[in-house]
Amino acid sequence: MTTEATLPARADTGDATAPVLRQQVLVLYLADSALDSHVVGWSRYDGTGRTSPTTGDSDEPPYDSGVAALRDGWRLFQAAQLIPPYPGHEYDVSFLKHEFFFERLVDVRAQP
Amino acid sequence: MENRQELLNSVQMARFVASGSLRLDAVVPAEMNAEGLAVLADGVPPVPYGTPLSDAYAQGSFVRRLLELPQVAGALRSLVGPEPWVDHHFVHTREPHGGTAQALHGDAIIDVRPDAFDVQLMYYPQAVTLEMGGTLSVPGSHLRRTNESDTGRYQNLRGQDRLVCPAGTVVFLHHGIWHGGRRNDSDTLRYMFKIRFNPRVRQRRLWDTSDLHDPQVTAELDAMFPWYEGATGRLERYNRILLWRELTGDDGFDLDHWVTRVANRPKGTVA
Repeated sequence: MTTEATLPARADTGDATAPVLRQQVLVLYLADSALDSHVVGWSRYDGTGRTSPTTGDSDEPPYDSGVAALRDGWRLFQAAQLIPPYPGHEYDVSFLKHEFFFERLVDVRAQP
Repeated sequence: MENRQELLNSVQMARFVASGSLRLDAVVPAEMNAEGLAVLADGVPPVPYGTPLSDAYAQGSFVRRLLELPQVAGALRSLVGPEPWVDHHFVHTREPHGGTAQALHGDAIIDVRPDAFDVQLMYYPQAVTLEMGGTLSVPGSHLRRTNESDTGRYQNLRGQDRLVCPAGTVVFLHHGIWHGGRRNDSDTLRYMFKIRFNPRVRQRRLWDTSDLHDPQVTAELDAMFPWYEGATGRLERYNRILLWRELTGDDGFDLDHWVTRVANRPKGTVA
């Protein structure tokens, strides 16, 4: 998905009314591969610079499920693939499997 | 170092196998904590990698006395046995209103030994509040096969432990546990002293096993943590069962048939 194609972040053209868009990213880790399953982990990154999310900054997730994030306006742009285990490693545990990336574009010229 | 030791029991060991950590609140007395703060502020000289414990710290030194406290000595012996190597130690500080949180990581490099583990002792000489950025750790993450900070993408997981503790708390962590120092948003410089220990004996029944068949042992081993995906949570228990078999020597141990079922390959034929 090329978000820039639909909502270009504009260079400074001297037009004080032109939006200046920055990306906010939300990563949700879900309990299974369905987008409506519940959140087990979360990360946030803020391209506006208005907030500085970091490791271990909250105990409660921002949403209960991936769909709840959609309903609040977040746009899904990547979902983890379903990859079968490598032969011989069927019982290994490693990274979280069900990772979903969302974005929201924010006009940094507008009041938050 | 054969002073009095309070060994762990089987329920505590099972909890460690499930969660990857053991927390001993306020086991270090107040006067030692005051001394410890000064010692850590001055720095603790390094010891060579692999120094036997009894050679690592001088008799009567602060660190030696810390490790001789009966609960600390007993936990260490229960987890890694007598005379472990001191792998290394380090005084960690988190500056007030400074720096950033560490990325979630496991120490050293990926370490997938199925029948042995190192432990890391973490000593907190001062009371740690939420604002002081106490160590973040993720219960039940220690058996994940990940390398160091490759997990840095994960900021928060349900059921994570953001350490808040009284002064004199000691935590033992399995080498693989995901953890990181949190951002210190307080006015107070925070100290933590860490020592990594390597076992030198087979880690089998090193604790007080008199309660080995207590039903609470299986209850502890069966724990699910809130951040587990449902399917992978089952694999976590599978792997815990294998580790418990190694630690006890009981090759038939199981929980709800998880290992037995998928290992069942009968060779007999119908007559």
